[in-house]
Amino acid sequence: MKFVAQRFLFLLLSVWAAITINFFLPRMMPGNPAEVMLARYQGKLNPQALHALALQFGISHQPLWVQYWSYLISLLHGNLGVSVSYYPTPVTTVIAQSLPWTLALAGTATVISVVAGTWLGVISAWHRGTIVDDILPIATTVSSAIPYFWMALLLLYLFGFLLGWFPLGHAYSTIMVPSWSAGFVGNLLAHAILPLSTILISSLGGWLMSMRNNMLHILDDDFMTFGEARGLSSRRLVYIYAARNAILPNLTGFSMALGFVVSGALLTEIVFSYPGLGYQLFTAVENEDYPLMQGLFLIIALAVLLANFITELIYARLDPRVREE
Amino acid sequence: MIESGHVLNVSHLTVDYGNENTPALALRDVSLSVDPGEFVGLVGESGSGKSTLAYAILRLLHGGRVVEGSIEVSGQNVYELDSNHLRKFRWETVSMVFQGAMNSLNPVLTVEQHIFETIRAHDESVTLTALRSRTDELLDMVEIDKRRAQHYPHQLSGGMKQRVVIALAIALNPKLVIMDEPTTALDVVVQRAILDRIGEIQKRQRFAVLFITHDLSLVEQIAQTVSIMYAGKIVETTPVEQLLTGTLHHPYTRGLLNAIPELLEDNVAISSIPGHPPEITRLPSGCAFHPRCLYAKDECRMSPPILKLYAGSWIACERLPELEELYSDQ
Repeated sequence: MKFVAQRFLFLLLSVWAAITINFFLPRMMPGNPAEVMLARYQGKLNPQALHALALQFGISHQPLWVQYWSYLISLLHGNLGVSVSYYPTPVTTVIAQSLPWTLALAGTATVISVVAGTWLGVISAWHRGTIVDDILPIATTVSSAIPYFWMALLLLYLFGFLLGWFPLGHAYSTIMVPSWSAGFVGNLLAHAILPLSTILISSLGGWLMSMRNNMLHILDDDFMTFGEARGLSSRRLVYIYAARNAILPNLTGFSMALGFVVSGALLTEIVFSYPGLGYQLFTAVENEDYPLMQGLFLIIALAVLLANFITELIYARLDPRVREE
Repeated sequence: MIESGHVLNVSHLTVDYGNENTPALALRDVSLSVDPGEFVGLVGESGSGKSTLAYAILRLLHGGRVVEGSIEVSGQNVYELDSNHLRKFRWETVSMVFQGAMNSLNPVLTVEQHIFETIRAHDESVTLTALRSRTDELLDMVEIDKRRAQHYPHQLSGGMKQRVVIALAIALNPKLVIMDEPTTALDVVVQRAILDRIGEIQKRQRFAVLFITHDLSLVEQIAQTVSIMYAGKIVETTPVEQLLTGTLHHPYTRGLLNAIPELLEDNVAISSIPGHPPEITRLPSGCAFHPRCLYAKDECRMSPPILKLYAGSWIACERLPELEELYSDQ
């Protein structure tokens, strides 16, 4: 329990650090993006309208600490400002609309990739020296060596354009109204298959190889032979002995991957015009939409920190040596 | 082969770790037997093939092949067992305490879980109550506090881990327990305590022990029979009393005995055997010990000597009858 409290305190501290950096970093950059944006409207709007805009974008000439304080207060109220490119939609609304798509696409892809890759790594290592172990690592090394945006384009061209099996982009057909009907869900899946496969194909190999390497190390350990000598079943030896120990060094990797799910599979989302956070980040950069960018960075940072926190708890459950004290 | 009363009967065993081009014979024509309840010491330097023999008995040679000879345990040829019987044979008939007790336990399982899984692997119907009481009994035998049952390996000292491994080895009441340098990694005081414990348990449970060590003085105190190994071959098998009373021995055994300091005597001079043991890929012709032997002559380089019974000991030396004279000339 003390361990959990300790980790939680650390989480709060790092969240505060992330928020603070997120506040100060843009202000340390030369120039003031908000004023540049405002300048664009100069002469097109009357002074009152400009003043209203300036207030909305949070341009103020108060001391920095006062600004910082009001930034913290508005964060607590869930206010991340107003998006420029989607004006006057609040940043939180933009994020709230894109987040589910990213979680569904990149989240599902990452979980499948981690689980399948790890499992294949276990199988590959356990059958070392056999045909299985000859084929699997080579096949997945090749597949993960392909740049994934190129893979996305290739899949899109082949299966979307040439064969026409899958739609060319977006999360669902614009003529459909979102609902839980079978037709709509099928439409969602059809749109998700190509981007999902892209992420899977390009990331599976990494998980397989690292799990396989860890496994091969563990397989040489004395406790494996001792377990075998005690007549334990090979099922138990593979999973409770080898895989259980081999997975520990990979947990950090899992947590990083899960945290970065939120940043979206940027290039994949762009290629497939998938309305996730990665796609939003891309639009935000294109349109110099600083409030949206800042909001997205904050969400990404929070997701990484949260994923790390959860992983540490899982780690402590899986490895008794971490639980100490 | 006719079923003998032996619990373990290794005959003419040759194990090869090499390939067709360069053979690496870790064991050459090794014959050894252990009677029920007997305590046999197997002594040799590092790389002499002691551990290979242990792994060969449990059919755990990873990378090595038995190219000749056979191993029988209670009359059953180990290398003729199917995988299911092999799994049962391991631990129910023969168990083993490994050299690296520090790393013999799974880091993510508690002491209790190790004992439970070992018993369960051989008896699926065992009840939790039976498991618990057996665990208490076993820990009691190796003098470990019951509360340690819930501990993980990293929470135990080296000596405690070794005791847990011994408890595991006797969990299924095997007929033979192989102990591969069970005390090497421990300090002398703990070594002594563990050795005493092994001796007591062995007397009570009446299993046979094949005790592998590089420390001749260790087996002198505990074994009944001692076999000396050199470069993959057994050069001498002798009752332990003969080691202590100083009758005729193989020149290598003699060298080992001279290397033990007699601390209670004024003269603590010890002598070492000159030279180094050979590599198994480049074994000397004839008797593998001849390059280091003070008494070697041409015939020793010709063909490997076989074990012959002489004055109560089995000795493999070409110059056997003359040795007595040669030793006294010194």
